Amino acid sequence: MKKLVIKSKGLSDKAIGWLFIAPTIILLLLINVYPLIYAIRMSFTNFYANKLTQVVKNVGLKNYYKILGKEAIWEKMQITAHFMFWTLSLQIIIGLSLALLLNKKFKGNELLTTTIVLPMMLSPAVVGVFWGYLYNPQVGLFTYIVNFFYDFGSFDMLGSGTLAPWAIVIVDTWMWTPFTMLICLAGLRSIPGYLYEAAEVDRASKWQQFVYITLPSVLPFLLLALLFRGIENFKMFDMVMELTGGGPGSMTELTSMNLKREAFEKWKTGYSSAYAVILFVTIFGFGNVYVKVMNKVKDR
Amino acid sequence: MQNNHFLIKTIVIIFIRLINGGNKMKKIISLILLPFFALMFSTNVKAESLTLGWAAWDPANALVELSKEFTAETGIEMNFEFVDWTSYADRMLNELNNKGKTFDLLVGDSQWIGGGAVNGHYVKLNDFFDREGISMNDFSDATVYAYSTWPKGSENYYALPLMGDALAWAYRKDWFDRPELQSEFKSKHGYDLGVPKTWTELHDMCSFFQGREIDGVVRYGAALNTERGSEGITMGVTAAMYAWGMEYEDPNNPYHSDGFFNAPNVVEAVDFYKKMYEDCSPPGHSNAYMGENLDAYSSGQVAFQMNWYAFWPGVAKGDKDGRVTGFFANPCQEICAATLGGQGISVVNYSDKKELAQQYIKWFAKPDIQQKWWDLGGYSCHKDVLGSPDFVKSAVYAQGFLDSMGIVKDFWQEPSFVELLIPMQENMHDYIVNGKGSAKGALDNIIEEWEEVFESEGKL
Repeated sequence: MKKLVIKSKGLSDKAIGWLFIAPTIILLLLINVYPLIYAIRMSFTNFYANKLTQVVKNVGLKNYYKILGKEAIWEKMQITAHFMFWTLSLQIIIGLSLALLLNKKFKGNELLTTTIVLPMMLSPAVVGVFWGYLYNPQVGLFTYIVNFFYDFGSFDMLGSGTLAPWAIVIVDTWMWTPFTMLICLAGLRSIPGYLYEAAEVDRASKWQQFVYITLPSVLPFLLLALLFRGIENFKMFDMVMELTGGGPGSMTELTSMNLKREAFEKWKTGYSSAYAVILFVTIFGFGNVYVKVMNKVKDR
Repeated sequence: MQNNHFLIKTIVIIFIRLINGGNKMKKIISLILLPFFALMFSTNVKAESLTLGWAAWDPANALVELSKEFTAETGIEMNFEFVDWTSYADRMLNELNNKGKTFDLLVGDSQWIGGGAVNGHYVKLNDFFDREGISMNDFSDATVYAYSTWPKGSENYYALPLMGDALAWAYRKDWFDRPELQSEFKSKHGYDLGVPKTWTELHDMCSFFQGREIDGVVRYGAALNTERGSEGITMGVTAAMYAWGMEYEDPNNPYHSDGFFNAPNVVEAVDFYKKMYEDCSPPGHSNAYMGENLDAYSSGQVAFQMNWYAFWPGVAKGDKDGRVTGFFANPCQEICAATLGGQGISVVNYSDKKELAQQYIKWFAKPDIQQKWWDLGGYSCHKDVLGSPDFVKSAVYAQGFLDSMGIVKDFWQEPSFVELLIPMQENMHDYIVNGKGSAKGALDNIIEEWEEVFESEGKL
């Protein structure tokens, strides 16, 4: 016992620090870094996880060439880009507008905030299922409301190749706008009141106050919301899977859904590893550039 | 098991000693704890059991009912795990690929037989059949070919035909019988409104009902298979493609589909199915399979529904005098053919209870059990049942079932059938429901992806 005490006295602060973070590092290496390296290795092979008896051959960059040269993959990328562009744009615009509205003090403000925030508390799969009912062309509430304003007749949001991509944009916007709203609201509430008082003294108009005080102050928060939502929507799966299953045809099949099909339905493990690596590099690259831009905005 | 007995004995002795010799508190505690221990160990000493996996649908419930007799006869308890059709293949094939021990018996889809045999998931049953005197000649040839053999048509058996099935049609006989509709239809098309003999007639009839008001409610033509996620649209469109004489591959040059699968007659069939979807489907029927078709039909939305024979006992149940619903086999066009459904029952190679599982199959193969299976709503494939003089009269859809089972055709049963199915689903849905491209283009795309699969397997 005495020996032990003496030994433990000898541990430096640095060593104790390492001792504390070692389990986390080991865990991260095991569940993040090792699978990543393994996937990269797999991506150069023709490995099929359901054909364990088949000889695994090294195919070099063949999987990468195949993926990048495949028109269908680029279509999925386009579908994902469409989904991301519109959901992020709408969520930022509506989220900021709602935050500006809720930043004012009025009766029922807190109740309204809580109500608006409710959709993001639901499970994406549940949201997918019940929006499927709302979109039903015969009995769906969505169809009824749209026809109430203008009689389009019966239209099938999920069965039409033109409407289905918008159907998923609407649902994601409905669900996640409250998130951007909350972040913007936090930004708005952090703006010191004296800035507006000074602007009033300088006879700045409301628009000028918005452009020169509100927007620059809230911009880092907006960019943060954009980053979170961007990453989330790039890997969107559950809600869209439940709502459209990627259909009609492949009009709403996002890259993550396509990757799942290749990996766990067709069991093309090598090929899908290459696919995953490409997606990882894309999101990692974009993410890095974005964080640098965000830091510059913050430093400004 | 011996260890368990020893443990139980020891615990019982300790309890008896505590009750006899312990103080009052010990006695009370012992009496309270005794039932818990009894419950705990009752699970360890219960009878032998088997676990059977299948899809969650009406015939599975019939099998549960039937299997009670097996338990009564043998003392072997039967556990069942039924998975929803949409995730049935995913769940079961993942289980097999992972060499899982969850199931001792698996009722696998007909297309899995190749993978089951080649990848070693299913036990080859030839020796067992020989030993127990089970003859495949006692079962309908089409079902043995489809559900049991690999390579196809060989005498290597990996399953016993359990559930014969094919895609067929149900129609609203009560609407068809209305004189005003009959005369209107005849004046429009020049022939009687009745069971359609061809797909062309089927289209005439379903479009006749599309948007028509009957009893103050707007009705639609037909509930067709259009589902994209699993196998729905493939099982639907192939019903038309087979009737137009489609071949998957060159009969003289296996795995070569170009010129066969995308031949002009096949293109015509796909276009025809698209026309059926556009002219006859109820609104929103763009991702529909078994359940959705049943719902559309039972709610009185549609005049026709396409579905599996497996569901007809349920549909006919509420219509004892047969006035509301009629049934018919897939209509002919250039030839007569029907999409094969149904499954065989296999012993899972990774099970620790293979012998018990074989005992179940032996019991199930008995002619009297096969008769009971049919009586309960299962579709027996046993020749004694199908050939019985009472069979045709036993159900309104029995004749259709017999007719269909003589003309069935199935999708690829290759080990890589999932890889072959996915492009079919995607391209057919893209063209038929989404209207993207052309039928020929969709078929060409499918062939291209199939060739890639066959090339990777060294078959091309």
